Amino acid sequence: MKKLAICVFTVTISLAGFGQNKASITGNVESTFQYLNQDSLIGADQPAEKGLLNTYMNVFATYGGFKAGMRFESYLPRIQGYPNRFDGTGIGMRYVGYANDFVDVTVGSFYEQFGSGMALRAYEDRSLGYDSMLDGVRLIVRPTKGVTVKGVYGYQRLSFQSGKIVHSDGIVRGFDGEVNINSLFKKLGDKRLDVTLGGSFVSKYQKDNNEELILPENVGLYGGRADLAYRLKKSRLTLGGEYIIKEQDPSADNGYIYNYGHAALLNFGYTRKGLGVMVSAKSVDNMSYRSDRSKELTDLLINYLPAMNKTHTYNLVASLYPYATQPTGEIAYQAEILYTAKRKSWLGGKYGTSFNLNFSTAYKPLQHTSNINPLDSTGVAYEGRVFDQSDSLLWRDINFNIYKKFTKNLNVRLSYFNITLNNDVAKVTGDAHGYINTNVGVVEIGYKINNKHSLRLEIQGMLINKVQEDVTEIHGSDTTTTSHTLRNDKGNWITGLLEYNISPHWFFSVMDQYNIKGSIQSVAEVAGQPTGVHYYYVSCGYIREATRISVGYGRQREGLFCVGGVCRNVPASNGLTISFTHSF
Amino acid sequence: MGASAQENHGKLLDKKVASVQLKDVEGNRVNTAELGFDGPVIISFWATWCSPCKRELNTIHDVYPDWQDATGVNLVAVSIDDEKTKNSVPMYVNGKGWDYLVLMDPNGDFKRAMGVNNVPHTFLLDTEGNIVYSHNNYAPGDEHELYEELKKLVTK
Repeated sequence: MKKLAICVFTVTISLAGFGQNKASITGNVESTFQYLNQDSLIGADQPAEKGLLNTYMNVFATYGGFKAGMRFESYLPRIQGYPNRFDGTGIGMRYVGYANDFVDVTVGSFYEQFGSGMALRAYEDRSLGYDSMLDGVRLIVRPTKGVTVKGVYGYQRLSFQSGKIVHSDGIVRGFDGEVNINSLFKKLGDKRLDVTLGGSFVSKYQKDNNEELILPENVGLYGGRADLAYRLKKSRLTLGGEYIIKEQDPSADNGYIYNYGHAALLNFGYTRKGLGVMVSAKSVDNMSYRSDRSKELTDLLINYLPAMNKTHTYNLVASLYPYATQPTGEIAYQAEILYTAKRKSWLGGKYGTSFNLNFSTAYKPLQHTSNINPLDSTGVAYEGRVFDQSDSLLWRDINFNIYKKFTKNLNVRLSYFNITLNNDVAKVTGDAHGYINTNVGVVEIGYKINNKHSLRLEIQGMLINKVQEDVTEIHGSDTTTTSHTLRNDKGNWITGLLEYNISPHWFFSVMDQYNIKGSIQSVAEVAGQPTGVHYYYVSCGYIREATRISVGYGRQREGLFCVGGVCRNVPASNGLTISFTHSF
Repeated sequence: MGASAQENHGKLLDKKVASVQLKDVEGNRVNTAELGFDGPVIISFWATWCSPCKRELNTIHDVYPDWQDATGVNLVAVSIDDEKTKNSVPMYVNGKGWDYLVLMDPNGDFKRAMGVNNVPHTFLLDTEGNIVYSHNNYAPGDEHELYEELKKLVTK
C-alpha cells in the first residue's frame, strides 16, 4: 500500500514537473432535434423523415505539452436549413500536436486566422453549418517575445458525406509573421506609442480544369498590416490598417476575368472611461478567394471579408433585412459611439444612462473601363481603384438606443433603426422592388420581481417603404394596366416577446411576430403570398451549471439567418425543436 | 450531481483552463493558462451582439468593487466577437466603464478549447486555477448564485 502511494506520488510529481498543465480532458456536446409539421399557410413542408437530428461532440485532451482532439458529427438527417450535403455519423475534425512557449505544431485539422482574416481565415460557425477548417500541418514559432511566425499547409473541408470529411479540390499554403516593436526592443517597452507590424502570404493550387481558358493554377495573395496605439493620461487612441492584394484569379465569382483584386481596411478608435468611439473604412474589389474556383456562396472561402455594419439582436432588425459583404466589390464605412452618463449626474440619474449611436453604409465601387479593351488577350475587364466609390448605394443603417435603469428593479431600453438595402444587388428577398427602406422602433423593459424572478418584455414595430407597381388585369378580351401603390416586400411587421426567468434554472418565453394586413397591399400579397399571418413561438428551458435543455414550438419565418455577417437561407418551418448542450 | 461528480473527476484529472495565446483589448499577448492573478478568477465568454452576456457583465460591474473587496476576485471577459464586430469591443468596454481584463478570441480558439457551446458561459476558478463551477446562461439573479459559489472558495 505504502509502495503504491509513493508510486502514485512520484507519478504525480513527474507529471506536474513535465509541463505547466497536468493531463486534462475537456469538451462539449450539442444536439438539436426537430419534429416538423406541414403548414401550407406559410409554405412549410414536412420532411419525409418527420424527425431530424444534428449532434456534435468535441473531446480535447492535453498532457503536458501534448494535445489531441476530435469532433464527432451526426446528421440523422440534418436539421432544416443546413447545407444539403451533410449526412451520416463520423469524425468531422481530428488532430494531434505539441505546444510549448517556443513552438506549437498541429497535424490534422486546425482553425487559423491571419491578421483581420482578409488573407486567410479557417473557422467554424456551427449554427450556420459553416466549417472551413484546414486539414494538414500548422507550425507556429515564437522565437522571442513579441514575434510570432506561422505556417499552414492543407486542404479545406468542403462538406461531410456518409460520415466522412470531403475536402476541396485545391490546396492552400500560407505564411504569416507579426512583430510587436515595443516588445522586441527593450528601451521602447514603456513608450506611449505601441506598434505592431505584420505580413501575410497565401497561395492556392488547383489544376487547370478548363478546356477553353488558360487558368493560373497557383494563385497568390499577399499584404501587410500595422496597428498603432497611443496612450494618453486617461484615454487611448488606436489606428489599425491592413492591405491585401490578390493575383489574377479567374473564377465563377468574377466571371473568369483576369483582374487583380484588393482589400483595404482601416480602423480608428478613441476610448476613455465612459466614452468609446470607433470609425472604420473598407474597400474591396474582386476579392473572393476560394480553394476551388468553381464554388460559390459560402463554400471553400480561404479569406474572410468582414461586413462593416453592426450585428443587431432584435429579431425584426436582425433577421429580415441583413447585409453581408459583396466579395466582388464594395466600399463601406462605419462609425459608432457609446457614452455612459455618470451616476448622480443630470443625465445619469441614480444608476447612470447609456447612449449609443451607430452608422454604417456601403457603396458599389467604380469600375473604370475607358482604357480597357475587354476583348483583348489580357482578360482584364475593368480597372478598380482603392476607395473609389460609385453613387450606387448598397446599404445604409442609422440606429441609436438609450438605456436607463430607473430603479433597482426596473430598466428600459429605447431603440430606433433606419435601414436601407439595395435588394437588386445585395438580394435578401424575392418579393421586393429596388430599395427596401424600413423604420423600426423597439421598446424593451426589464423588471426584477425579486432576487430569483424576473420579466422581460420587447415590443418591436417595423414600417416599410411604399413602391409603385403596374398591375395588369385581364377582363375577357380587355387588358387594363393600372399603377398601384404597394408596401414593399411583405409589408409591415409587429413583434411582441415576453420572457419569464427563474434564476438560476428556468426560463419561459412567448413570442408572436405578426405580418400586418394593412389597407395598402404588399408586393408579396399581390404575388399571392399570405399576409396577416401570426408567427407564434413558445419556448422554455432548464439550465443546470454547464447543461442546458430547451424546448420550443411554433412557426418560424423563412428568411436569412445570419451570424457574424455570414448568412444562410432558412426555409419556413412549423414544429417542435429540442436542443441539448453540455460542456465538460 | 454537478459538484460531487466534478470533485471525483478532479482526483483523476485536473479541470484547468486551457492554454491559448490571445491578445487583450490593448493588444498585449496573454496566455490563458497563466493569467497571473492571486485570488479566484471568473472567466466570462461574451460578445457585443449578445444581449444577455452584456446584461450579466453590466450587472456584475455594479457590484464588482464589493466582490473584489470581499473575495479578491478578478473577472476576465473573453470576447468572441470576430473581425466584423471586434472593433466595437474597446468602444463598448470603455463606454460602459468596465474594469475587467478583456481578452479577444476572434477565431473562437479559446471558446473551442473551453468547450463553450454558446454565450454567455461563465466559469469560476479557485486560487489554484481549477474550474469549480460554470453556468451557461444569464438571467437576472444568476449573479447571486455565482457570488455564493465565490464565497465558498474564500471561506474554505
